[in-house]
Amino acid sequence: MAQIHTVHKKKSAGFIVRRVLLYLLLIIIAVVMLVPFLWMVSTSLKEQYDAVKIPPVWVPIPPRWQNYVDLFTQQPMLQFMLNTIKIVFFVVLGQLFFSSLAAYSFARIKFQGRTVMFFFYIATLMVPGQVTMIPTYLMFAKVGFTDTHWALILPAFFSAFGVFLLRQFFMSLPKELEEAAEIDGCNPFTTYWRIMLPLIVPAMLTLGVFTLMNTWNDYMGPLIYLSTPEKYTMTLGIAYFKGIYTTQWNLVMAGSVLSVIPILIAYLCAQKYFVEGIAFSGVKG
Amino acid sequence: MGNKASSRLQRRWNFWGYLFILPNFLGFVAFMLVPIIMALVFSFTNYDIISRMDFIGIENYINLFQDDQFIVSLLNTLWYSVLTVPIGVVLALLLAVMFNRQIRGIAIFRTFVFIPVITSMVAVSLVWSMLYEDNSGLLNIVLNSLGLPSVHWLTDTNLAMISIAIMSIWKGLGYNMTIFLAGLQGVPGELYEAATIDGANSPQKFWHITVPMIGPTTYFVSLMALIGSLQTFDQINIMTQGGPVDATKTLSFYLYQYGFSYYKMGYACAAAYVLFLLVFVVSMIQNISSKKWADLT
Repeated sequence: MAQIHTVHKKKSAGFIVRRVLLYLLLIIIAVVMLVPFLWMVSTSLKEQYDAVKIPPVWVPIPPRWQNYVDLFTQQPMLQFMLNTIKIVFFVVLGQLFFSSLAAYSFARIKFQGRTVMFFFYIATLMVPGQVTMIPTYLMFAKVGFTDTHWALILPAFFSAFGVFLLRQFFMSLPKELEEAAEIDGCNPFTTYWRIMLPLIVPAMLTLGVFTLMNTWNDYMGPLIYLSTPEKYTMTLGIAYFKGIYTTQWNLVMAGSVLSVIPILIAYLCAQKYFVEGIAFSGVKG
Repeated sequence: MGNKASSRLQRRWNFWGYLFILPNFLGFVAFMLVPIIMALVFSFTNYDIISRMDFIGIENYINLFQDDQFIVSLLNTLWYSVLTVPIGVVLALLLAVMFNRQIRGIAIFRTFVFIPVITSMVAVSLVWSMLYEDNSGLLNIVLNSLGLPSVHWLTDTNLAMISIAIMSIWKGLGYNMTIFLAGLQGVPGELYEAATIDGANSPQKFWHITVPMIGPTTYFVSLMALIGSLQTFDQINIMTQGGPVDATKTLSFYLYQYGFSYYKMGYACAAAYVLFLLVFVVSMIQNISSKKWADLT
């Protein structure tokens, strides 16, 4: 009996040591992940020369909030924000609508040529954006859409990934729902709009936040199309700050903080859907 | 009679089916299919927006492979893939295994790893440019305080790509980890319980249960990471502009320069198709080898 007791005790001592080591490792990982962000915030509140001082100023006291004010008064920071919000809003809404319509059709309506069409959609998932980038740019240049937000909004309405994601969810819904709706006199559009769409709200949210994140963070699109600073998005704006504030890291970092905060808040509010979106992008194989 | 009814039903399905697809399909044609074909056509011309558009056959492709800059970009891109994919995938798997347990506070640590994923590559590249600064960068300050010499992270031709790779691995860890975590959910817990009863230790369980069971996930994560790495652009444009001395010039950066700085659209489209071919070949090789691997296990 006594022997068993000591064995048990030994085991739990080893257990505690392992737990402590695990937490130690977790804390190291947390530091590695967070230090760049903490440094970003700290620098954004420094005087210009404190940002490059050796030894470094770890915590600026007093913090220089003026950096943030400067961005709004000296630069069209507010405009960058509004532009981004506008683009994200239209892209998310448009993509949800157009993708869900097509996805419902692919999942539930047995029209002729469905398999071939779906194959084309899936096949294009593999095509790098760089291939379509130049012809799309030239098309928009022809119709005078370069340097407008339309060039960023319109193509983003149509995403093979969105269609694919929502299709999977529509397919998982029971068939009896539509049969009942049909008997009640719904046509396919009212069935889709009133009955099926409300049932895939979680999937719509997943696609919505995934699209929001990608649109908010997009850099190459705005870089190619937008040339007037007043039309820039946040990402393009902060990259532009690096060019004009070459040595003023405090201002560049203040801009970066402002670009990260909204997406961070969105993430904290809808963490589940962000994670699901990523996890889904991993099961499509 | 029955035939007639079924053909009427089929017509009805066709009507609604096409109606639902139509808006999306028009966009798909305009922004996907047509550009893919146009890019191929342009790649056989000397189109430069301003003056010319003559068919020149495969001259662009020949010129690409005779251009040292292109070869360097191609090799740099592959070097970047070699640096980021294996390490990124293995680290993400180890993190996922570590995070796949129910201990107090684990969720908050998972969130920390995920924050770089939701942050734009632009913001991440800007902070890391500052961390990597030769004199005032935090990394060199830390090295110096430990009595070590400064490292020229982004200004040494041999190191610049490695530095960018380190940052990119850091940013992508949470993404890959999340996919691995989803994959680990599918591994039946009984396998681990049985192994525990048989006296297996943690590394044994990892090698003999986890690794084989999430093989498909690993293939998928590697494939996505590889395809992504072949298209690297944002961090290059922000941090180094392809420098120093072309040490970090990638294929994407090269074709961006030719397309949007020199307006050699035909030539840039040829470069884009080489990139496309590379992505295609990589996917095929991975696909075949993953089938072989699945047959073996």
